[in-house]
Amino acid sequence: MESSPSGKRRILLAAAFRASIPVLLGYTTLGLAFGFTLVAAGLPWWMSPLMAVFIYAGAAQFMGIGLITGGAGLFEIALLTLLLNARHAVYGLSMLEQFKKAGTWKPYLIFGLTDETYGLLTTVKPPAHIEQAGFYAAVTALNQSYWVVGCTVGSLLGSALAFDARGMDFALTALFIVLLVEQMRAVRRFEPYMAAIAACALALFIAAPRDFLLVALLCAIGFLALLRTRLDGRKSVPASPQGPQGEGEAQ
Amino acid sequence: MTRLFAVVVIMALVTYFTRAVPFLFFSNKKPPAFLDYLQRYIPPVVMTILVFASYKDIEFTQAPFGIPAAAAGVLTALLHFWKRNVLVSIVGGTAVYMVLIRVL
Repeated sequence: MESSPSGKRRILLAAAFRASIPVLLGYTTLGLAFGFTLVAAGLPWWMSPLMAVFIYAGAAQFMGIGLITGGAGLFEIALLTLLLNARHAVYGLSMLEQFKKAGTWKPYLIFGLTDETYGLLTTVKPPAHIEQAGFYAAVTALNQSYWVVGCTVGSLLGSALAFDARGMDFALTALFIVLLVEQMRAVRRFEPYMAAIAACALALFIAAPRDFLLVALLCAIGFLALLRTRLDGRKSVPASPQGPQGEGEAQ
Repeated sequence: MTRLFAVVVIMALVTYFTRAVPFLFFSNKKPPAFLDYLQRYIPPVVMTILVFASYKDIEFTQAPFGIPAAAAGVLTALLHFWKRNVLVSIVGGTAVYMVLIRVL
């Protein structure tokens, strides 16, 4: 807001770019793999940039390829996308405070709240005298641009080259494993993992293959509900007064 | 063609919805205690289920006995515990998988 807005913008963009370099490497590579996989599955190349711009969710996009080629119904696609991305709702819960002052950027910041962007926004700080919302928006937009470039180049290369992409779809399994390892670092209780495995075993028996994910997740939520007193230590959480802002919650 | 667009629109709306839910419902009030409890443990549960689901259709009784997927998966996890670099873990695991399904 003071003397040199263009100088400030440069500082902001430079800081945002530095912060986003790890994502630059990850997103262009994963995006390439996505583009290759999409074309190899027989979908037109432009689906890749289209999905990168409007969906912008790596795991969901990979899953989408399989659902489209497998002939899944739209309702099923919606449901599975909901389940797969439910973890993003959790990210938002811890960004409520930070995004409160984001103004016009807020809808885009919410749209761009991917695993990696969330990870960045919770760890990096804007430079001194730089407003947080603009910095967050720059980081988010840079991250998405890497993803769009990766996906586009991947699908173009994939349709131009005779490339044997068999097995590249393992990138999705690898992504899930990486996210699981991250969870194991963050949530050091064995009960949730055991509950999930038990739910999967149960779902294998009681659910039709196509309903596996939904049934397993519902069973796991049931198990979590049963485990609450064990996992949650505190018996009853005193409900804090329902004020207009949940201060002190987000940290 | 129309179906492809419909899929993109639906996946885009649902994805945006999942990211917007907390801002829609809990901007001005605390989430109920049970939801607050669930949100802490849903991510590990979902990721465990997704990894399980990735492996559940693999044929472990016929050659190559699921070895490529199992070995590549273990490698991915070890790489990530060790280096904690998303790129190294995913590219390493996928490359090994692509090699193994061709040689085994």
